[in-house]
Formats: sequence, structure tokens, C-alpha cells
Amino acid sequence: MEHNNFHHALKIREDLCIGCSHCMNVCPTEAIRVRNGKAILYGDRCVDCGECFRVCPVSAIIIDHDDFNHIFDYKYRIALVPAIFTGQFPEDVSPQQMFSVLLDLGFTHVYEVENGTALLQEAMNEYADKPGISKPLISSFCPAIVRLIQVKFPALVDNILLLKPPLDISALHIREEMRRKGISDKEAGIFYITPCAAKIAAIKDPVGEDQSPISGVINMDVLFNKVYRKVKTRNNQSCSLPVYTDLPATARCWALTNGEAPLAKGRTLAIDEINNVIDFLEKLEDDEINDVDFVELRACDESCAGGVLTVSNRFLTAERLRNHKTNTPDPPSSDHPDGFRHIRENHAEIRKHINIEEVKPRPIMKLDDNIAEAMRKMEKVNRIMQLLPRVDCGVCGAPSCQALARDIALNEAQLHDCVFIQKILEQKGELSLEESIKIMQKIWGFGKTNKYRDLKGL
Amino acid sequence: MHFEFQVEGGNFSKAGTASSQLKKILKQLNVDARDIKRVVVALYEAEVNVVAHAYNGVIIIDIDTEKIMIQIEDEGPGIQNIDLAMQQGFSTASELVREMGFGAGMGLPNIKNNTDKLTVTSEVGKGTKVHMLINFSI
Repeated sequence: MEHNNFHHALKIREDLCIGCSHCMNVCPTEAIRVRNGKAILYGDRCVDCGECFRVCPVSAIIIDHDDFNHIFDYKYRIALVPAIFTGQFPEDVSPQQMFSVLLDLGFTHVYEVENGTALLQEAMNEYADKPGISKPLISSFCPAIVRLIQVKFPALVDNILLLKPPLDISALHIREEMRRKGISDKEAGIFYITPCAAKIAAIKDPVGEDQSPISGVINMDVLFNKVYRKVKTRNNQSCSLPVYTDLPATARCWALTNGEAPLAKGRTLAIDEINNVIDFLEKLEDDEINDVDFVELRACDESCAGGVLTVSNRFLTAERLRNHKTNTPDPPSSDHPDGFRHIRENHAEIRKHINIEEVKPRPIMKLDDNIAEAMRKMEKVNRIMQLLPRVDCGVCGAPSCQALARDIALNEAQLHDCVFIQKILEQKGELSLEESIKIMQKIWGFGKTNKYRDLKGL
Repeated sequence: MHFEFQVEGGNFSKAGTASSQLKKILKQLNVDARDIKRVVVALYEAEVNVVAHAYNGVIIIDIDTEKIMIQIEDEGPGIQNIDLAMQQGFSTASELVREMGFGAGMGLPNIKNNTDKLTVTSEVGKGTKVHMLINFSI
């Protein structure tokens, strides 16, 4: 079976991977296997949620972002900063200070992602009133969730809100403003500071859009280090003055749990953490949930505050954003030569481009495209399941007995990969000890099987 | 392919187990998502009917490459007047029960709307047999 063809921001570094299988056991779509002592990724199943990244004990899973110096490929360099970024810093560092440092680091403009939320909220509620809309509407905010629905809940793709997230809306606004200043799209690079892998995948390989208006992505943890270091060491005598306007609280908290749901019309729900979301989507797909108008679903616990690339504790980040004191409004930024006008000035233009195209399912559950063949394979899976111990030990290099049975039916593993079956085959003389060890080494590599022997000098 | 599921009358926490299991099977068989939806809606309604009205029941499912046939047999009070039960909004539930939000009379009509063929036979005091068929779109 073909396992790749989608862009993933998550990559496994083979040189660092120790094949410990922690990632395999937490993957919500069973996209990881262990082979030759290394974790491998089934690209068609991965939704870029980043759960594997969180648990890797040796940092062998990396999130592939753009090199910081890539910003200097552009004459104008815009940092598109989510409010979550400002929530990473201790209370004594003000957003103005952070933005000032961003300018000193080389950006020419700083713009907050959540400026786009008011426009989105308006479009969202108009969208909900359209006749023939499948309810509940599912927010398109979290790209990991959109991908999860495509692969695991294909019957629900019609429920996805076909509107761009705030990130793209703000980027469209910036593009318009730059053009207005006579700056071409080629000269202006928009760089998003991302709290997670899924947003990178969404920008590099957008769903329902041809191309993203965003030029590049920088990981939040990397930029946090650069900024905080400068905050700590900078000589305060001279610094760039950022154009800064305080966001309203609803916009600032948009990326937190319950950031969208209370602003949507009707009966709404907010659910965070990918396994909670999966439970809910199963129920929704089973038609057990009725009379809900809108659901906000986020892959991370505490939503983006819990993004895999964040630095600060997620509860503290959420608290900082919720309790942030809104300052008296600054003078309108358009007075400043580097400033952008208010996003509502481009309202009409943005509304023209706010829709995304139909989101297509790409089901991973199917055993074959052809139903007769799929039935044959399912019967094989069921027969194999009768033979397996159902302890989900993972020693075969698959996350569960069910996953192994499926892999065998699809010719990607063999029955004797199961350690329980190996033992019986050995006892019955159908498998030699040598062969059995070879099987283990094919899954786990030589290091783990030879460790005891080598250390004990056997 | 053949599958069977047992349904326990009165146990609402388990209602939907069969339709959820069947959904997972149909996904693996690459059945069109819209067809899966119809099957799940129809079977879920039928399951709830058994749980709500009968003492116990059995669901027998046969799938081939073109269609799915589902038979639900229960031991229970049966249906007095099937034609009436098939009408939208008809319910045997009392006024009090309806005020609480139960018995809207949408069960059988909803099954009918989601299936290509539906037959209901019943013997009062013994039980009900529901037979449904859904053709897969190709």
C-alpha cells in the first residue's frame, strides 16, 4: 500500500531514533510502526497532531520549519504572530517589548493573527444561516482536526466550516496592505510563528485552497529563545518602536479552548485534546448527537496554549491571555509609515477570498478500493485476530493486535512477528531459535536484542 | 459477510453499539461515506426502538458487494398498527412522556427515509421483525 503523498511537518530522524515505540503507542491514527529498530511513519495516516513529538525521549521527531535567515530573502519581512506567542513570556515582559525585539531581529512589520477573528466571526454566523448546511458545523480552525476528519471520519467532511482560519484572513489583509503601498507579493514575506506542526502542514499543503498567502513558518520555541535572550540582554537605551494595538479580549482568546464556541450562534460545544475529539466525532458519526449547531474542536489540550511547540505551561499561557489587561487604545496604526490600516478597511476584498473549497475525504480505514477485495481482506483480518493474543504489547512493531492483523492482511507484516506465535512455533519445532531472533532483529534492530549478551559478556 | 449483534432491552447506555461496530466495518470495506451514514442512522434508530420497547433483540447483518441487508428481531410487546406507526409523528407514548421529550414518533419514518426497502412485521405480545435493505451507490 502507498503510504506517502502528503506534506508532513513531522519528521523522524533515523540517526537519533532509538526505536523505543513511545510514539507508536500514543499515535491516535496508528500511523507509526517500528522496523529495523526505528520508528517509521505511514504518511497517509498521519494528521500532524504532534502527539509523537511530545513523547519522544530523545528528540528524534522534529518539526520541519523554515530557517530563520530565510526571512532575509524578502525586502519586507512580516512576522505574523499569534496571541499564544505573547502568552509564552513571564508577566513582566510586555507585548510591546516582544514586538520591539522582533523588529530588532530583522522583521520589518509585526502583525497579530487574531486581528482576523472579528471578520471571521461575522462570516461564520452568516454561513451558519445558509440553507442546507450540515449541522453541527465543525470549526476549520485546527488543521490537525480537519485532517483527522478527512482520514478517520470521512462522512463528516460536509460538516466542516468552509471558511479560512484567522491566520489566512490576516495574511490576506497584509497582502492587500502591502499592495496598497506598491509592494509586490514577491517582495513581501509573511512568516507565521507556529505553536504546532499541523499549522505548518496546513500552510505547505493547504486543504481546500490552492496556495497559502503565507511565505514561511518559524517554530515558536525557536523564536521564543531568540526573543527572550534579547529581552534579557538588551541595552535599553535604543530599541525599535513597534506599531502595537491591543487586541480585544475575544480576539486574544480565540485560540484558547472556548475561544470560538461562545461566539457562534445557537447551541455550541468546545472540545479539546485529540482523543476527546475522536470520542465525540465517533458519537457524532453514529448519529447519537443532535441539536448542536457548532462545535469547536482542537487537537491539543488547552487548545493552542498546549501546542507542541509552546514553551510555557499551557494553563499559565491561557491564564495570561484571559487576564491580560487591555491598555488604552494606541493611536491608529495607519498614522505610522510601517503600520497597516484596520483590517475592516479590506473587508470587501477579504470576503471575496474567505471561502475554502470542498474538503475531500481521504479515508485510511479502507482495506481496498474494491469492495469484494476489501471483504476478502477483512475476512483475513478476522481470521488472524482469532490467532493473536489481544494483549496489544507492541512487540511485533505495531501498536495493537488489530493493527498487526491489518498489516498482515495488507502484506506489510507476518504472523510470526507476534512474539506469542513465535514461542509456539519454536516449541513445535517449526521455527528455529536463530530464525526467531532474526525476526526480532528485523523489528527492533540489533542493539536491543544483543544488549544483555554484550553487557554480560556472554 | 455475515454479522450478528445482541441488543439488551432497557439498556440505553449500550444502544448504538451495533451501529457503531457496523460503521467501522463499512469504513474498512470502502463503502461510500453517504451510504454509511444512511446505514448508521437507520440501524441506530432501530436499535433504540428495541432498547426502548422490547425485552431483547438480535440484529442479523448480511453484506455483499452491492447491498446491505439488516434484520432486527425482538421479543417484546409488538406493534398494534404498523401503518400508523410508520406515519411521521405517530407515537404510542402518553402525553406526559411526550412532554418530557420522548416518543416524538420519528423512529420508523426516519428508518424508512434512510433505506431502500423496509418491511415491518409484528405480532402483538410476541415481538417485531424489521427488515431493511440499503443498496450501495457505485
